[in-house]
Amino acid sequence: MKTYQVRHPRPEIAALAERLRALLGPDAVIDDHQRLRTYECDGLAHYKAIPALAVLPAEAEGLVLAVRACAEAGVPFVARGSGTGLSGGALPHADGVLIVTSRLRTILEIDRANQRAVVQPGTINLDLTRAATPQGYYYAPDPSSQQVCSIGGNVAENSGGAHCLKYGFTTNHVTGVEFVTADGEKLRLGGKAPDPTGYDLLGAIVGSEGTLGIATEVTVRLVRLPETVRTLLAGFPGTDDAGAATSEIIGAGVVPAAMEMMDALAIEAAEAAVHCDYPHGAGAVLIVELDGPAVEVEQQFAEVERYCRRHGAFEIRIAQDDAERALFWKGRKSAFAAVGRISPDYIVQDGVIPRTALPEVLREIAELSARSGVRVANVFHAGDGNLHPLVLFDDGVPGEAERAEEVSGAILDLCIEHGGSITGEHGVGSDKAKHMPRMYTEADLDTMQLVRCAFDPAGLSNPGKVFPTPRLCGEVPGRHKGAHPLQEAGIAEVF
Amino acid sequence: MSEAERVVLDALSAAAGGHAVLAGAEDIVDGVCAAVVAAPGTTAEAAAVLRVAAEHGLAVVGRGTGTKLGWGAPPSRADVIIDTGRLNRVLDHGAGDLIVQVEAGVRLDTLRERLAPAGQRLALDPLLPPGTVPGAVGGPVSGGPASDPASGPASGPVSGTVGGTIATAVSGPLRLSHGAVRDLLIGVTMVRADGVVAKAGGKVVKNVAGYDLSKLLTGSWGTLGLITEAVFRLHPLPALARWVTVPLDPAASASAHELVQRVLHSQMVPTALELDWRHGETARLAVLVEGIPEGVSGRVEVLLDLFGESAEVAETAPEWWGHAPWGAGDVAVRLTHEIAGLPKLLDAVEGLARRHGLRVAVRGSAGVGLMYAAVPGDADPGAVAAMVGALRAEASAWSGDVVVLDGPPAVKAAVEMWGPVRGLGLMRRVKDQFDPEHRLAPGRFAGGI
Repeated sequence: MKTYQVRHPRPEIAALAERLRALLGPDAVIDDHQRLRTYECDGLAHYKAIPALAVLPAEAEGLVLAVRACAEAGVPFVARGSGTGLSGGALPHADGVLIVTSRLRTILEIDRANQRAVVQPGTINLDLTRAATPQGYYYAPDPSSQQVCSIGGNVAENSGGAHCLKYGFTTNHVTGVEFVTADGEKLRLGGKAPDPTGYDLLGAIVGSEGTLGIATEVTVRLVRLPETVRTLLAGFPGTDDAGAATSEIIGAGVVPAAMEMMDALAIEAAEAAVHCDYPHGAGAVLIVELDGPAVEVEQQFAEVERYCRRHGAFEIRIAQDDAERALFWKGRKSAFAAVGRISPDYIVQDGVIPRTALPEVLREIAELSARSGVRVANVFHAGDGNLHPLVLFDDGVPGEAERAEEVSGAILDLCIEHGGSITGEHGVGSDKAKHMPRMYTEADLDTMQLVRCAFDPAGLSNPGKVFPTPRLCGEVPGRHKGAHPLQEAGIAEVF
Repeated sequence: MSEAERVVLDALSAAAGGHAVLAGAEDIVDGVCAAVVAAPGTTAEAAAVLRVAAEHGLAVVGRGTGTKLGWGAPPSRADVIIDTGRLNRVLDHGAGDLIVQVEAGVRLDTLRERLAPAGQRLALDPLLPPGTVPGAVGGPVSGGPASDPASGPASGPVSGTVGGTIATAVSGPLRLSHGAVRDLLIGVTMVRADGVVAKAGGKVVKNVAGYDLSKLLTGSWGTLGLITEAVFRLHPLPALARWVTVPLDPAASASAHELVQRVLHSQMVPTALELDWRHGETARLAVLVEGIPEGVSGRVEVLLDLFGESAEVAETAPEWWGHAPWGAGDVAVRLTHEIAGLPKLLDAVEGLARRHGLRVAVRGSAGVGLMYAAVPGDADPGAVAAMVGALRAEASAWSGDVVVLDGPPAVKAAVEMWGPVRGLGLMRRVKDQFDPEHRLAPGRFAGGI
């Protein structure tokens, strides 16, 4: 990766810091190197960069002022919510400003009659659901990090979660944003009503990973809490059996709220970490959750149980109460971190395959693992074919990290070969930009970047993410061409 | 035909595999005559056609079965119509993966028949054009002829195509439970104005790799590119469907609002919730309940209790269900609103219709916030324009937009079809990036795009 090593404090950053202090107040601007280290990475910790400045506006308008100041100074900026992203999407720009939304956590409105909520971008995902629950509603997208991740970050990443199988992703739930584009223009797009006139810019913004600007306020759909939720956990001899059960459930026309699978190694890790007491000796566990009207759920639940048994489930547990349901989910939701118990280091992969290719791809991953000697634990959203292979390695052993990286990349190749995607919910970010050309042609990527050119011709908003090669957007006043200006000025060197 | 015209026709014909002809009398886009109709049979042929168009600076308008070709503002130019009639293949139905990949010219009714044997559906039931079910209850507001000149020679109901549905983002009753076109579309192949083929998304439902161009193209009215292929997520067909319909007091918008709210906040999980409203004359609410027989019967009982004695349950949809409230030649208006803004919207429509001496019918997905209004085509264009303008002035009260989709030429000339657009500057920049020469459906879309 090309980085710029800064050898001297840069005058334009110092000037920008002064300006931001004047605009946002002194306590909203951080330029102390030690304090800036707090923000050097997001949830993907092996990418690190210390930002030149961090700002934490206390008012939503401060986000607009900060972006405007950056745009005027020609300084790149990166937005950050809670920093839980797993693709390095919020990795700071070493010469830029990190704009942090974590002080903007006000839930502005829970509007039951319109089934909408209006929140500030730093609002924690689960806090919104908690606020809506007393009125019989909740916010459906539920990434595993929902206790800490922010709605603004969810908007940037188009976050999913276990329950998006039935309820859709962030993009299906955002109906409006107040947004500041990279040049500092403030816009309101959509709102509580559907289908705002004109292009669906909202559809372009959600999932654009912060490369088009920053959401300063978000309006989302609230979903009625279901009458009934029923959850079962089934132990199978192996993933093939669990996969066959999954196919039959979907084939029968059942749309579970969630359907999650873990293989033996992932179960071992979860047991070690959270003692979830999954069925002993299981080669795979399947968690199936149904929700909706009680009569339907009861009948379909019995069907699901039957399908599981037919395909070899040797133990089926049905959650008797919320506590037991939470326990089922605890093993699954803590799976990533749990792998730390059985391996010093690991890569969380996030590929997608057509669900029907699951048995084949799992076999191929097993072969890959056997061939390379690199262990792979599998956790996945079985209902929609979103795999989270956890590639285990020990960074202390020379060569292991590289081998793990190779296996991780090979898994993505498998996903693409089977007509899938290199990311189902974690995003492209810094981590997978290099993989984009394997999935898309140059023309595809060029066309996507036409949108970037319309929103951010100068390429200031989260540069270097998503796309492996930035597109030139034609003549843009003030755009830097050729060598980096700092390099030209002799204050930085490229290496 | 001049020599220069002959050269262009030959080039278009070669590009489209021999399928390009001089436009006939019926090849008109909202009153604008085209010169050539090209019918590419593959994405590659479509790309070749667009490259020829680019080379000669020709304006291009896409056409499916033409059910909505008259919608929007008339294009400023339409040199070439790209007819998607030969792009009519279902490329892949992954039943186990609940996806279908189709070419843009596939008709939705064809697709429905193709998917049903697998027990699946594409949960898109876009507003049916007028005339598809003659004798619908209430009938078209103008009582006009039940035929649509734009629908071509086919007899019987004419279905829109996948491409036209995406381009206009038109949805129907199922939207309440299954989302809009944008929510079901997971991948798209397009040809740009310069003839470059690009795709976004893919064949898996869960995918966040790259920008979601599918959404940007949905509802872009052919102004950003030509859609040639699409991938949709599918849903299982329900075992049983029942419609519960209740007549309402046509003078009391509050009663409609109250019932809509009660259904939405209940545990009835309605698949769809539609309102048909003609102030002072007819008003009824219909709820579609789907699922397994035991569940549906129970929920229907609860709804019948909720709605009272006058409610009725039926095994088939009411005749007006999913149909536009307008007849051929009427003024068609799209009204969006926040869900609870329904009574304000209905009252405003009623008040303004009375003030301007217009007869207005309103129908649509009240639980979504998307209604359609019809004004007789022979209404005074000035009165229509005045009513539309006044509705727009009040529309912030229900957080909605007012868009005139279609109407007779005199009305189109008198009204601003699209009304105010938030973010128009940015939209123009998007347009300039995708189609810098403004040759794709120029002038049809919002803000004159």
